[in-house]
Amino acid sequence: MKLDDYLVAPGEIARRKGPHDRIVMSSRVRLARNIRDGAFPGWAKKPERVRILETILPAVEALPELKGAFSESMDNLSTLDRQILVERHLISREHQARSAGSGVVLNRDETLSIMINEEDHLRMQALRPGLQLRQAWTAIDELDSHLEKQLTYAFDSNLGYLTACPTNLGTGIRVSAMLHLPGLVLAEQINAIIQSVNKLGLAVRGLYGEGTEALGNVFQVSNQMTLGESEATILERMEKVLAQIIEHEENARGTLVEKKAKMVYNHIGRAYGILANAHSISSKETMNLLSLMRLGVDLSLFPDAERALVDELFLLTQPAHLQKQHSDKLSAEERDLLRADMLRERLAKVARPTVRSKGTNGGGLDKADK
Amino acid sequence: MLCCVCKEKPATVHLTEIKNDKMQKVDLCEACAKAKGVNESSFALADLLLGLGASQEIEQSSGGVEVKCPKCGFSHADFKKAGRLGCPECYATFADGLESLLKTMHKGTRHAGKVPEALRSQRDFADRMKTLQKKLEKAIEDENFEQAAILRDEMKKLGGKLPSTTAK
Repeated sequence: MKLDDYLVAPGEIARRKGPHDRIVMSSRVRLARNIRDGAFPGWAKKPERVRILETILPAVEALPELKGAFSESMDNLSTLDRQILVERHLISREHQARSAGSGVVLNRDETLSIMINEEDHLRMQALRPGLQLRQAWTAIDELDSHLEKQLTYAFDSNLGYLTACPTNLGTGIRVSAMLHLPGLVLAEQINAIIQSVNKLGLAVRGLYGEGTEALGNVFQVSNQMTLGESEATILERMEKVLAQIIEHEENARGTLVEKKAKMVYNHIGRAYGILANAHSISSKETMNLLSLMRLGVDLSLFPDAERALVDELFLLTQPAHLQKQHSDKLSAEERDLLRADMLRERLAKVARPTVRSKGTNGGGLDKADK
Repeated sequence: MLCCVCKEKPATVHLTEIKNDKMQKVDLCEACAKAKGVNESSFALADLLLGLGASQEIEQSSGGVEVKCPKCGFSHADFKKAGRLGCPECYATFADGLESLLKTMHKGTRHAGKVPEALRSQRDFADRMKTLQKKLEKAIEDENFEQAAILRDEMKKLGGKLPSTTAK
């Protein structure tokens, strides 16, 4: 199968709406499952992994939720296609490195993704825009209930679903939300927030999960404990904590605009200046500056730009997505030039940020920063 | 990413340290890491993934004897190296060492979530039969044979194997 025939246009993904999508970029629920007969992928030899893939793949493809889905063995995907899937958060970096004996299945609108023989035989996830943890859970729970009729899962009445790593044991669930928190970063409150979230048994990670940086002020919050409490309890705790983080982020933004308006507008104005005028720009710098522009859109500084434009550029300027738009193989330096060209062109119609006078939304420019 | 000490070789060792609420990141190449006394191999991956002492926990519980999973041949030395288990059966093989490990990383050690439907109905059935059996024994004890007969019929209807009951 050709991945290009299936991928949803970045502009379309960016326009999807969800509750609190000003701060919560997406919600995701992932389940880890294994079949009873077979070693875990990390320990199974290649012939066994292939046998397991051949057992699981037809069962997954036959699911009603995955009618007409993209389904492929990892060794049939080019390096570029795999990188595209990582940039879209549809497969993990760990899965990206796998080849024969591993597979991936994606539904047409990219809201369900199934990795076969990643760390576990099955890693199934449902994605939703904005804060929609429950909807994501319902979707993946249903898919799982259909699949358990076709496969015999490794399950123990005391330990629950058995997983390769004991950290995922029990429910095998990971509930996570991708949060855009520029306010907390600018207000230097982010470390305190991360620490208190950690104390509640939740993990805070960077844009691409475990061991990655928080590029573009994007943080992933997820549960760590999977055994000893139900999926509903885990969801509930996540919802409570997320509601608090959202509130803190909104407060931080409000306080910044009120007390340190110059600092905030300076950051946003400079970010726009570079994005709209640069002739060479790295992907990392782009993400960090687009984050500030996104904040500017939220603060109504860009009346003619939508958040969707920023989100689309966030995806389109990443290395594999940029390469995909050009037929020649690009070096990193060439990508930096083409990235800058694209940004200048797309931002040409976006007027520079304007700060309205006191009293209106985002006002306070004349109130000097002490 | 280049090593932040020699600025020549690519960094392969990444350390993150939190000191006084400030996060500090150091990226080193292998040679510089060694020179600075950062030795990755001194940490078992199991310890990194699951917290310090994880691999020891498993090792001690076996009393120093090499335990191997009868199904997949995975040993605790492999667990120490990988931080992951070999197959579903390993959970039974290494049950003793895992118990205390699970206590430190999870809310509890008993599953409280979803159960596959096939097992759920099996379990429901077993529970139901157990309740009826208890009621039956009580009825017999109370010499309430009419009630006992009803309960026996009910159990028969459920299709379970009737346990032998002897009236006293």
